[in-house]
Amino acid sequence: MSEPLIPIVGVITDVRIDTPDVKTFRVVTVDGKKAFEHKPGQCAMLSIPGIGEAMFSITSSPTNTEFMEFSIKKCGCVTEWLHSAEVGQQITIRGPYGNAFPVDTAFKGKDLLFVAGGIGLAPLRSVINYVRHYKDQYGKIDVVYGSRSKEDLVDYNEIIEEWQNDPQVSVHLTIDREQEGWDGHVGFVPNYVKELNFTTDKTVVLCGPPIMIKFTLEGLKSLGFSQTQIFTTMELKMKCGIGKCGRCNIGSKYVCKDGPVFRMDQLSELPDEY
Amino acid sequence: MKKCSKENIYKVFNALSSDYSVYVPVKEENRTFYKKYFDGVVLAENFKTDRSAKDFFFPQSEDLMKFKTQGKSIEIIDEREESEDFIIFGVPACDEASLRILDRVFLAEPVDTYYQNKREHGVIITTACSRPEASCFCSTFDIDMARPQGDIRTYKIGDYFYFEGLTDKGNKVLDKVNALLEDVDQGEVEKEIENIQKVKEKLPLKDLSVKDFGADKTQEFFDRKEWAELSNACLGCGTCTFVCPTCQCYDIKDFNTGKGVQRYRCWDSCMYSDFTKMAHGNSRNSQMERFRQRFMHKLVYFPTNNDGVFSCVGCGRCVSKCPISMNIVKVIKTLSKGGENE
Ligand code: SF4
Ligand code: SF4
Ligand code: FES
Repeated sequence: MSEPLIPIVGVITDVRIDTPDVKTFRVVTVDGKKAFEHKPGQCAMLSIPGIGEAMFSITSSPTNTEFMEFSIKKCGCVTEWLHSAEVGQQITIRGPYGNAFPVDTAFKGKDLLFVAGGIGLAPLRSVINYVRHYKDQYGKIDVVYGSRSKEDLVDYNEIIEEWQNDPQVSVHLTIDREQEGWDGHVGFVPNYVKELNFTTDKTVVLCGPPIMIKFTLEGLKSLGFSQTQIFTTMELKMKCGIGKCGRCNIGSKYVCKDGPVFRMDQLSELPDEY
Repeated sequence: MKKCSKENIYKVFNALSSDYSVYVPVKEENRTFYKKYFDGVVLAENFKTDRSAKDFFFPQSEDLMKFKTQGKSIEIIDEREESEDFIIFGVPACDEASLRILDRVFLAEPVDTYYQNKREHGVIITTACSRPEASCFCSTFDIDMARPQGDIRTYKIGDYFYFEGLTDKGNKVLDKVNALLEDVDQGEVEKEIENIQKVKEKLPLKDLSVKDFGADKTQEFFDRKEWAELSNACLGCGTCTFVCPTCQCYDIKDFNTGKGVQRYRCWDSCMYSDFTKMAHGNSRNSQMERFRQRFMHKLVYFPTNNDGVFSCVGCGRCVSKCPISMNIVKVIKTLSKGGENE
């Protein structure tokens, strides 16, 4: 009988440097296949034996049938080790874990607004590319994405080369401070979202640092959005990924199993402990 | 129903030892614990062990898998082995009930096969409690110490042990030692059950009620100001979680053996400050928040996710073991409305 805690071996086949502290790793199985199927928003547990395991959101879209990608920020043991890994390095992988963005229900036929700050784009990249793939099933897509500086924007090339050239997608980039060689918007994400004055018929997905989420949420509310239109994805410490080690709960919900995707009104009913 | 004399019980253990590892409660140097039976091992007077039968199924530390690494490559070695067949004799009603609570966690999909395997190979022989401790409150959770569950239920009455098979697994064990047992009428234990009811009526915590707690009460209890005072002296030592037969939190760790990497799991405690600590923050920074988590989990979150079942069996271990005398009983009394628990 298969045991959920026993992973399989994966191989890193590509390492892309995104920002000074974010790299994107491409992972396949030893025989060159995708490790498992997943839904947009789900996570996987990666590990390096002797260093430990950690949970990461799968940043590639489920529509990619060849491999999975993980955009990982250097922060703690496992990520530091991964950042020093080279192509050909084997790791272990298990999953997929958690629920997913409601691409078949709440998102269906809707205009979608994605708002991300910093590494917060990583969990959204999967769902953004998923809805771009099934474009007929969704309306217009807006992406508001901000970071400290131009260099800190994750996936900058994909954003410029693919998303900005997709007629269905409007990309709104912003950086915190003026910078040479940047003629785009300057300012914090929450303010930019308010300035852009989006119509309230959109379904929104938010991901980024807690402070960004808090102020963006306030901004969206002042524009007339309700909490039931807004989704986010959570990150807490995890060990098992299957709702058993007792670690990642917010009230009675386990983020590894019942999350990581939550609708804002449902999240606000849970204790404020995250 | 069957019975055997106190002398013959050792013959029963001996006979069963050829097919099973038989663990029985013994008392040595003030410690009561399960010991693997061999000729000469003597049963404790009181069967309630310091640590519960949980340890057989969810041990404090347990190997999960091995890794061999060479250069850039990794080999995963599945170390799972079929568990031995074993019998635990003398389990009290509360500790047996705790296993059914752990089942709700470990046997829920996706099944934890380490736990499942031991559960399948373990036979639980319970014994009715005729001498409960002052800290016991199993009846708060509708656990009947006079009619414990398990694979076989036993009663210790006078010079005899009475056996009642409750499951196929249990009856199979009884069949093996049939020659050592005599048939008796169920009526012979009725008086003992009555006696136990009387003892139960005298327990100091007999009226403790959890009716105010349960599923979907998070908002009612989470922000109660009493948490601050209740948790004030808590040392965060984790003793209460380690002695608790229903606590199930674990950590997964890697150990470099020199020849490879051993991945194992070990008990962890929500009372520890690093339990939820990440590189960039901690969702439960204060001991108050960690303390609250333990009791909210047992009295509210667990019932919310498990058809109203509480994650406490009233075994009283945390009551007698906490170095600052804080415990779930005080939490229940303090947070209950209307003072009927006072
Ligand atoms: S409640 Fe008592 S036993 Fe539990 S962690 Fe606090 S001090 Fe330790
Ligand atoms: S919380 Fe205390 S009384 Fe309840 S099962 Fe655990 S150790 Fe026993
Ligand atoms: S990571 Fe273990 S319960 Fe969620």
